[in-house]
Amino acid sequence: MSELPGQGATAPPFTLPDTSNHRHTFKDLSEHPATLLFFVKRDCATCDLTAPVVERLFAALTSSGLNVLTISQSNTADTSDFAAAHKLSMPVVLDHDLEISEAYGFDAVPALVLIAADRTVLKSFEGWSKHDFRELVTIAANRCDVAPPSTWEVHNETLPEQRPGCASRVHEPEQAQRLAVKRGEDRLASRRVRLPSSLNEDEFELLSNRGLTDGLPVVPPTEARVLRMLDATSRAATEVVARVPPNLQPATVEKIAINAVMAGCRPSYLPVVLAAVEAACTDTFNLHGVLATTYFASPVIIVNGPIRHEIKINSGRNVFGQGSRANATIGRALQLVVRNLGGGRPGQVDMSTLGHPGKYTCCIGEYEEASCWDPLHVERGFAPTQSTVTLFAGEAPSAVRDQRSRSARSLATSLGLSLGAVSHAKLHGMSEVLLVVSPEHNRTFQRDGYTKNDVRTRIQEVTARPVQELLPDEVCEDGTPLRALPADWIGADGQPKEDALTRLFPKFLSPENIVIVVAGGTAGKFSAVVGGWAAGGEGSTAVTKEIIQ
Amino acid sequence: MLVSCCMRESTVILDPTSEQEPIRRPLAPRATVLRGSVGLVDISKSRGEIFCDELQRLIVERNYDIEIVRFRKPTFTKPAPPALRNEIAARCTAIIQALAD
Repeated sequence: MSELPGQGATAPPFTLPDTSNHRHTFKDLSEHPATLLFFVKRDCATCDLTAPVVERLFAALTSSGLNVLTISQSNTADTSDFAAAHKLSMPVVLDHDLEISEAYGFDAVPALVLIAADRTVLKSFEGWSKHDFRELVTIAANRCDVAPPSTWEVHNETLPEQRPGCASRVHEPEQAQRLAVKRGEDRLASRRVRLPSSLNEDEFELLSNRGLTDGLPVVPPTEARVLRMLDATSRAATEVVARVPPNLQPATVEKIAINAVMAGCRPSYLPVVLAAVEAACTDTFNLHGVLATTYFASPVIIVNGPIRHEIKINSGRNVFGQGSRANATIGRALQLVVRNLGGGRPGQVDMSTLGHPGKYTCCIGEYEEASCWDPLHVERGFAPTQSTVTLFAGEAPSAVRDQRSRSARSLATSLGLSLGAVSHAKLHGMSEVLLVVSPEHNRTFQRDGYTKNDVRTRIQEVTARPVQELLPDEVCEDGTPLRALPADWIGADGQPKEDALTRLFPKFLSPENIVIVVAGGTAGKFSAVVGGWAAGGEGSTAVTKEIIQ
Repeated sequence: MLVSCCMRESTVILDPTSEQEPIRRPLAPRATVLRGSVGLVDISKSRGEIFCDELQRLIVERNYDIEIVRFRKPTFTKPAPPALRNEIAARCTAIIQALAD
């Protein structure tokens, strides 16, 4: 959309060299009753049409005080050719860097701007218009206290009434990007790194060789890409969102944006990434522990609210799988932040024995529309219209098949039986779990009016076993540690009291440790269990943060 | 036949790291003899307290001329709280940590 200053606007200032390197500045304008700026470029038919007309106007009114400057967007050689071809005697200056063209905001050349001595725009238009030019001539002549010259009228019989101009060079992709970087370079505080280029090593290899990737190629975070990413948030680039473990380095919005570019995020994804970093770096989530443990846990990002639709986060079929750019890159951006900003790398602080594929990326949307229950963020106190991320320290998803249960109670029983084996079949009272209920399974619960809490209650019933069965013994030397049991079940000798041995102890210390969402395709009687790590103060607890756009 | 230069224009990127060099602290010289106050630090891994108890028993049994000070991290899943680290540093000339399971 053209932003050429119209009548009454203040013309932007400039200083431009001519082909002899003499500088023409805005201050010169005050010495003339009016100045006409004539923006052109080489190889523009309408500029070629207009140039002789403007030259004749210059010849007619220059002695009366009219100042005319032809401002060329082309390089010196092309500008000289243009001037020679049209035998221009009016001054021609160079705007090859396009900064003045950008400041004047026109979309097409030629662009004509008639300016008074006080910098007020008297008349402006783009392209060729006989009507507009006639008006411009009249105003210019009035300013010079002379009658409008007729010389150009003799020749204009061959001129069309109108002709559109050619695109201003500021809209050439490479130029637009360069100008955007120039406009925004003050916003960027990060160190610039020039990647040396050769036949044998392109920028993708260089980034990989510098240890900045997760093993897959990343998008080079150029200034232009990072500036476009930063345009997607109202938060300042310098704002410190979090301190990222293990090195506890400040993650500014800019640094997160750089890693989001590398992950392949669209700019509209950045607010989700920011919220995910914020949630992951809370003491409650305990990212340091999640990273450093030899266990499998890794951040799982669950997205709720309207943003899922705005940026096409997949909540449905194949929700844990490939194919959705938003899901793939948001989870990946968080992992790159941990690696590049926090310093959490496998073989160093990342001590996971086996890891799992979710450590590349794991981000899902909750399929709120297919659920009969309150979505996760509403359960946690947010409004349905708010968008949030919930971070859960989870393993890879594990399938629970139940294709025969007709009743909610039976289905919840199946889920409970599967959940009993999470981490270790004898390990109770230690962890959280994320239960991802498919839409088909959710309908079974809906038919019987089962709430999330009903599901949790049944799971606890099904998984509850006598303490004696859960303790390490000679048959299986692992099991529930004594510290996981309620304190009043332990005797003075530090061992379970006699009556405690037969008491039933459920899998989860509290029903709240069973986090439930609905996601996945609408066909398939399967749900998923994502085992958690140690829960509570000793480990990690799921954290929900609002997404600020 | 001359081959024209094949160099591409180099790419400028923004540094995705924290741009901080890690502070490299030199290791203190390892004590060859235990003296003064020695901290036994249990990081709360399973049976860590048993390991520390046994170490303490052996130290006492062997009449080492040292004062034993016991410490316990609240959890093995997070770095030690600064107050605990400061206390250990202030009170002990050496520490023995019970690290793994």
